[in-house]
Amino acid sequence: MRGSLYAEWTKLRTLASTCWLLLATAALTVAVSAAAAAAVRCPSGGCADDPAKISLTGIYLGQAVVAVLAVMAVSGEYGTGMIRLTLAATPRRLIALAAKAAVLTGLILVTGTIAVFASLLAGALILPGHGIGPSHGYPAISASDGPVLRAAAGSVLYLALIALLSLGAATALREAAAAIGAVLGLLYLFPIIAVFTGNASLSRHLEQIAPMTAGLAIQATTGLNTLPISPWAGLGVLAAWAAGALVLGGMLLRSRDA
Amino acid sequence: MKPTRWARIHDRGDDLRYRLAAWDRAGFTRLLWAEFTKFRTVRAWMIALCAAAIAFVLLSFLSAFESRAPVPAAPTGPGGEGVSDTYMFVHRTLAGDGALTARVAALSGAHTPLSPTSGNAFGVSSKGHLGSQLEPGLAPWAKAGIILEPDTNQGTAYAAVMVTGSHGVQMQYDYTHDSPGIAGPVGPSSPRWLRLTRAGDVITGYDSTDGARWTEIGTARLARLPRTVQIGLFVTSPMYFPAGAGAPTSSVATATFDQVSAQGDLPRRSWTPDPVAGFYPTVPSASTWQQRSAGAFTISGSGDIAPLVGDIISAQWAGASIVNGTIAALLFVIVLATLFATSEYRRGLIGTTLAASPRRGRVLAVKAVVAGSLAFAAGAIATAIAEVITRHVLAANGSYLFPQGGPALARVIIGTGLLLGLAAALAVALGTMLRRSAAAVAAGIVLLVLPGVLGSESGNWLMRFTPTAAFAIQATLPRSNLVTSAYTPPNGYFPISPWAGLAVLAAYTAVALAAATWLVRQRDA
Repeated sequence: MRGSLYAEWTKLRTLASTCWLLLATAALTVAVSAAAAAAVRCPSGGCADDPAKISLTGIYLGQAVVAVLAVMAVSGEYGTGMIRLTLAATPRRLIALAAKAAVLTGLILVTGTIAVFASLLAGALILPGHGIGPSHGYPAISASDGPVLRAAAGSVLYLALIALLSLGAATALREAAAAIGAVLGLLYLFPIIAVFTGNASLSRHLEQIAPMTAGLAIQATTGLNTLPISPWAGLGVLAAWAAGALVLGGMLLRSRDA
Repeated sequence: MKPTRWARIHDRGDDLRYRLAAWDRAGFTRLLWAEFTKFRTVRAWMIALCAAAIAFVLLSFLSAFESRAPVPAAPTGPGGEGVSDTYMFVHRTLAGDGALTARVAALSGAHTPLSPTSGNAFGVSSKGHLGSQLEPGLAPWAKAGIILEPDTNQGTAYAAVMVTGSHGVQMQYDYTHDSPGIAGPVGPSSPRWLRLTRAGDVITGYDSTDGARWTEIGTARLARLPRTVQIGLFVTSPMYFPAGAGAPTSSVATATFDQVSAQGDLPRRSWTPDPVAGFYPTVPSASTWQQRSAGAFTISGSGDIAPLVGDIISAQWAGASIVNGTIAALLFVIVLATLFATSEYRRGLIGTTLAASPRRGRVLAVKAVVAGSLAFAAGAIATAIAEVITRHVLAANGSYLFPQGGPALARVIIGTGLLLGLAAALAVALGTMLRRSAAAVAAGIVLLVLPGVLGSESGNWLMRFTPTAAFAIQATLPRSNLVTSAYTPPNGYFPISPWAGLAVLAAYTAVALAAATWLVRQRDA
């Protein structure tokens, strides 16, 4: 296992794209979060805004870059034929997949932590100037606040789970375009259908089972009783999707010719 | 050799045949055929293209199938449009020409408590806040005044002059026409005198601040108006939309009339109270009246006399099913068109392609045209099928369907095809620029779909300035500045006009294609 881990680490580390994509994840997450915080206005107070959630808006975009990174880690090997070498070196294929997942998760956890804390910092600096701060009765964004800490840690875990979901999908589908299309379709299609469906209860059910809407419930720090699903249960739903994708990918990896 | 050939073509002048021949010699048609063959012969791509159309129709069908929100059918106004026609009417019969004058001394309003959870107009009213205390608040389009109409049927022709909650005095007729009178709110210190006169088919509205000096607001010609009509006082108050988030609630308005005087042949001496009920959500038992003296009344009413817009009658906008189907097809189209561009790089075919036709810009243009045309065809066909199916399903589910004209339907079908075609061309450009499938597909989805995730609920600037603005081409519901409503995408209203929205996507596509052309010329393949 250690050998596999080291091999996977070397493969990811030595790709120029990995570094760029990790940088892009952090930069885009922080940029979009800061832009969202700068765009929101509530001069009179009393808006139903959640400061932590606004400050973490960039996750919506950051997750797409994470998905690209995870998909490329697998599809790149199939595209170049590297996968045969990998599997020849590690005949126990699930070990190879697990090593890939572990290395990828580690990278995303580090990058995600930086991105999430920079986003929250930007929000804490920008939002009070736009009428959304402690002086208007909103909870302050501080690391000592339980719900904010949950939103921050949860968002980092969310990104890691998106990476695992994408890894599983890419292992199952092998083709990069199809895998990224499937993952981003799964993430973005459900919330739009939930908005455009006239059936309120169906819309709520969709938000409970969809990986993105359920998983991002973890970002809520206010109005928890109006959420379609509770924060940790929501992250659990995403974890189930990621586990399902990994199991499917693992089964296909074992049973198929590479 | 070359100059003579060109000279010959020029000599033949404008002959289209020779111009086409010149194009062909440049290899355009052959290039087009070559690129089409590349697409056509990959079986998985043709299957995926069909899958895009099938996913479109299937998701539209499911989306329509699941919308079980039966609502009563709305009446149709004189102009063929859907209308709201619910109000409290205290009237007399007028034979022939005549007039009615009244002073509105006060107008106040109240609404049912705002519910914090979202829901549609019907969900709120059917919960029935009967007996629960109302909260004060006058709806901007609460109306109280004088109305004349041939009968009290739903959707009947009418002309009225009225004071409103916050739009001053208005003369309105046949639901969609209005002309403003004296501005400002009505109150004890600023009462409004209103007068409506009939002369044949012509109804004229007047207003005054003192009952002495009258100003004509406007005239209405009601075609084929019978000799005997109903004329009287009316009060109504539409759905109240809270300033922040939250669902609208029904409201009630109460007006104090005095100095009411009628002229003309009014056969019956007494006034008839008539709560004209329609489908419109109202405050229960809100229609009341009280005659304080011969010419003084206090009347309360709930409802609206106005064109029908989305969100008032039903939470389900018929076109929402089409939006859902389009998004599903869009994902397939982005993946396919990107692969169409990137697979050449991965398989090294690009070297052969560019050797065969060294004009790289043209190769890219042809690729975009081929992918765009195929996506257009699949999209337009799927939209046409989905329109037929969803309208049948929604009608069978008891949903109200707004009257829709042929041109609007044609715009949705052609426009949705163009949306998918332009998206395919954009994806080809992104694929050519980025060369990596994963990054290009992600970029395409982030540009075309993600803004919809973030902006479609409120219809904010993302739906105006990103490629997602193109979804405005599917908007078909009537918008009216005489009605306050939630004009948001889920209810069928986009923050940009249909063709302007499509033009935004076209502009992104053009810029991306230009950038890709430049890059392809600069780079080694």
